[in-house]
Amino acid sequence: MNHFPEAWGRPRNDVYGAYDHSYLQTTGPKAHTSSPAVTGTSVVGVKFNGGVAIATDNLASYGSLARFSDVKRLRTFGDKAIVGFGGDVSDMQYLDRLLASMDINENYSPRGNMLNAKNLHTYLAKVFYKRRSEFNPLWNHVLVAGFDGEGEPFLSSADLLGTTFSAPHLATGFGAHLAVPILRRKFPEGMPLEEISQEDAVQALKDCLKVLFYRDARSIDKYSIAVVTKDGIDLKEDEQIQGQSWAFAERIKGYGAQTV
Amino acid sequence: MFRNNYDNDAVTFSPQGRIFQVEYAQEAVKQGSVVVGLVNKTHAVLVGLKRNAEELSSYQKKIIEIDSHMAIAIAGLASDARVLSNFMKQQSLGSKMTYGRPIPLDRIVSQIGDRAQTNTQHYGKRPYGVGLLVAGVDEAGPHLFEFQPSGLTQEMAACAIGARSQMARTYLERNLDKFDGCSRDELIQHGLSALKETLSQDKELTVDNTSVGVVGVTNGKKESFKLYEGQDTAALLEVLEQRESAGAEAESMEVDS
Repeated sequence: MNHFPEAWGRPRNDVYGAYDHSYLQTTGPKAHTSSPAVTGTSVVGVKFNGGVAIATDNLASYGSLARFSDVKRLRTFGDKAIVGFGGDVSDMQYLDRLLASMDINENYSPRGNMLNAKNLHTYLAKVFYKRRSEFNPLWNHVLVAGFDGEGEPFLSSADLLGTTFSAPHLATGFGAHLAVPILRRKFPEGMPLEEISQEDAVQALKDCLKVLFYRDARSIDKYSIAVVTKDGIDLKEDEQIQGQSWAFAERIKGYGAQTV
Repeated sequence: MFRNNYDNDAVTFSPQGRIFQVEYAQEAVKQGSVVVGLVNKTHAVLVGLKRNAEELSSYQKKIIEIDSHMAIAIAGLASDARVLSNFMKQQSLGSKMTYGRPIPLDRIVSQIGDRAQTNTQHYGKRPYGVGLLVAGVDEAGPHLFEFQPSGLTQEMAACAIGARSQMARTYLERNLDKFDGCSRDELIQHGLSALKETLSQDKELTVDNTSVGVVGVTNGKKESFKLYEGQDTAALLEVLEQRESAGAEAESMEVDS
């Protein structure tokens, strides 16, 4: 998997060979929605005993430029579901409006919004798939956190192609490379959810975000973190990565103006 | 000769503020054979009296399953009911497809309500000539809704529509307090008793003319809609007969003492 959002959904060069651009027309159909512009990087999520924790940093990059450093990429839906957005920020804003109108619509019924995280994830995956089938994809990779119809903790991903994936812990973008191995070490396969406490899950996310800040050049040290439990959502949007140590950077050579 | 000038279409009010076409549609519901619905905290029950056009023909279906969590009972034009039930089946399937959840009852009922209302406000259209009882379960539990050709929809604790349905409504009103403490089977029996009230002297409930539909929750788990028709209703009707004779005995004993 390639962590650059602009490469998502494209045939891999190392598998299919370089794309033959002679097939591309310079004139033709509108193409400005077929690559992301302002992007958010990884989303990380972990299920624990009685809920789900999910986190993103607060940066929206314009290419490699850290363009907007205060963009909240976690959105609540109803009182027990959270969506974490990676990828294009304008498409995130579109989906946010879509979900807001859906929430209003749901609240017309006497019992209020009864859509749970699983319903929401199914819906989002359909929206993504519809849009990619129209060759007008929403350039996002999202994690949906909350509860399913049985009241069990729910965490699942959906991407710009409508692909869905589910696991006890998930990460999108660069996090799929850097955060998932950390999470797999902390919470090995087969470890029952009952043995993972909320504190462990939150701490694991913080550790992941720190590593991501160290090594992902599209990240920032300000982040949002949300914990969904039966009691509701605890969303914090102005957090700061604590206890950084850049000592390891001393040993890194080969970049910038240094002459070894 | 007196002629009503205000009933040519469904968009014209009479000077008294009535819309005759809609009222005529409601008459069509009263011509249909009776259906009864009732609900308590765990179950929703539909019972219907089926009619056959002639001795040799089959009986007209009165209860239509929309999805595993809901069904409708119809009184009036069966062909209009088919249009509505097909629409409801589509909406229900659509909800399962896009959200992965069974459609909430109030949602689908207001959808058919909106459709029916539209038909009373557009020139060249006519109202549906059918009334429905919609019974089902969703996250909020069991529900029963009444739907009328005017587009009016209401949530009901118990309801009866169709020919001679007033007798059934009277039964339901008298016994309303008992429903909440009822088991699934007892609720069915109350439905059948209400249905029986509507029968004329020379008629009785048989396995051929009785339909029963039940949907509900047991111990927090949804139980799928179950339709009893033909021989499946025999056991239910037997219980009804036993209850009636036991009730009659108790009454006569009271008279004796």
